[in-house]
Amino acid sequence: MRLYLAVFALLAAVHCEELFNGTDQVLRINAESKNHIQILKKLERDVDSGLDFWTHAVSTEQPVDIRVPHSRLYALKDFLKKNNIPFTVIINNVQELLVREREEMVRNAEVERQTKSFNFAAYHDLETIYKFMDTLVASHSNLISKVNIGSTFEDRPMYVLKFSTGGEKRPAIWIDAGMHAREWISHATAVWLADRIATDFKKNRAPVPSILSKMDIYLLIVANPDGYVFTHLSFSPINRFWRKNRSATSSRKCNGVDLNRNWDAEFGGPGASDDPCAEYYRGPFAQSEFEVKNIAKFITSHSNFKSFMTLHSYMQLLMYPYGYIGIDALDWPELHDVATKAKIALYSLHGTVYKVGSIFHKIDQANGASLDWAYLRGIKYSFAFDLRDTGEYGFLLPADQIVPTAKETWFALKYLMKYVCDHPY
Amino acid sequence: MASTGDLEPTHYPARRAATVALHYLNTHHGSPFRVFGLQQVHKASAEDVAAGGRKYKLDFSVTDWASGSEGPALRCSADVLFPQTERHSGPEVQLRCEALQQINRTAQEEHAFYQRYISPDSAVSARDIPDSYGNVSEEMQPFWRLARVAASFIMLRESSERTEFNMAQVASVAQQGSSEEQLMLEFVVLLHDFPSQEIIQWKLLASWSPDRGVRVLQTEWQPRCPHATKPPN
Repeated sequence: MRLYLAVFALLAAVHCEELFNGTDQVLRINAESKNHIQILKKLERDVDSGLDFWTHAVSTEQPVDIRVPHSRLYALKDFLKKNNIPFTVIINNVQELLVREREEMVRNAEVERQTKSFNFAAYHDLETIYKFMDTLVASHSNLISKVNIGSTFEDRPMYVLKFSTGGEKRPAIWIDAGMHAREWISHATAVWLADRIATDFKKNRAPVPSILSKMDIYLLIVANPDGYVFTHLSFSPINRFWRKNRSATSSRKCNGVDLNRNWDAEFGGPGASDDPCAEYYRGPFAQSEFEVKNIAKFITSHSNFKSFMTLHSYMQLLMYPYGYIGIDALDWPELHDVATKAKIALYSLHGTVYKVGSIFHKIDQANGASLDWAYLRGIKYSFAFDLRDTGEYGFLLPADQIVPTAKETWFALKYLMKYVCDHPY
Repeated sequence: MASTGDLEPTHYPARRAATVALHYLNTHHGSPFRVFGLQQVHKASAEDVAAGGRKYKLDFSVTDWASGSEGPALRCSADVLFPQTERHSGPEVQLRCEALQQINRTAQEEHAFYQRYISPDSAVSARDIPDSYGNVSEEMQPFWRLARVAASFIMLRESSERTEFNMAQVASVAQQGSSEEQLMLEFVVLLHDFPSQEIIQWKLLASWSPDRGVRVLQTEWQPRCPHATKPPN
């Protein structure tokens, strides 16, 4: 065993001069025996191997996914072959698809540039986003309708775009963005997604038409309109970095409730604050906030949602329940596997690395979180994204990263939506 | 109840400790042309120590944000000790990174930058870096990085197992008269704490030269609400 590792290390060293050329690959290892698992476990523990294990070597039932730096590829593949451990290169397969997609995107970009006047590579204020929604609905009236799900504290309408090819309350997918006002990349991504879903449907690009033949998609681009408007009022940090909504509180000097701590899901625990001045102030009681009440009522009365996804930023995380507690959700193995594959799909476009895990473990305990609410209501496929980046720009992500972020997120969402569609429950 | 023994490297306790080590790294090796960001934690463990407090052992990789996506990852290992909370003192870090000394390509840029701004007439001042839309002008990039390095002194000092700091924005930079051949810069920086999601404002006075690196001379916490009198805990 040690001899094998030494051989691997030697081979890796020999190929080290290829350090920064070429691209990484993601290998899927299909261990066939306990011995294989042992070998993989030893490899994972060897910190000098430079390998990034996306799933741990636990049993032969589950494939082990490893992101391999280009410089280690030859050595690792050789090592696996010598030990008769079967593997496939996942990313290469996706890369072929990617090359084709890219070529098509380039072809389409020119056509789209001529017909579209909306600049997706820029941040827009609420009025512009609401106008965009109306234009989109008008251009795709056979597919999209706008649903007013209620008003905010400052009496602004909350609009959800419904993508549907018919049927009567089909099983549905929920996507929301902009729950936290300062996370501008989430609204911008959702705007791009709305257009992309519509375009993919119109151009008959898989998997959108087949998903929409069986399911509806509901997209709430701005879940916190009052907060979003507030972030645009000036360049002052008090505006730009506003997170909460704008409701009055029991405090005269502080207002606003953290909408992602106000849900009726283990509300009142330590994973939120009872101080109205705090950024994660939960509010006076569960669902006290119009914005949360509107969404909760809508989803509950619809009663046929099969997936709930929420876009936030930043930190590059793809998370599933729970937020309120550190124990695994009952569906943990499946949710983790699905999220891992979605992360791989996302990575395949620009090499952006997301980490996968529960909210509790990735961020901290969170009480009253929307994801827990959805999952505890029986919406099994519940996921939360923390989009780009990991801190260099943070909330102030440059506009030239909007479209790359949206596109890679779309890769993940396509996988997730297709999975949800293929796994009715 | 904090976990002890081997930690899951992608979970937040390991990431928070690695962020502390990152701040330490930036205080020692950051410059107007080099600022490190955390790429990945490979291995982590934690244990209680005899004098109270907890010690983390970490193996992680960082990248130089100034190099963009082309830059190589640097491998580091660190011991991070969070002392007992009653002592109110910052964490202690021991850090080793491979090949740090080999990354010296920025010497020329540093000297050019220094020469440009050390003159007595120079009085740089600017606000909101990046601006609301994420823009940082070419000229402001080195000041942005300097602010982050200087802010790292504060972030390091203020860190605990319950915090995870990042610099969200440079609210303002104002060049002061040079002293002892050091560039003198007054920054107001906004720090973002990930667990509490708070934005915390600090004013600081920092000096820099290619030879002496970044020194932070004064720091002053800035209340955001007029009624608040002490920093949030």
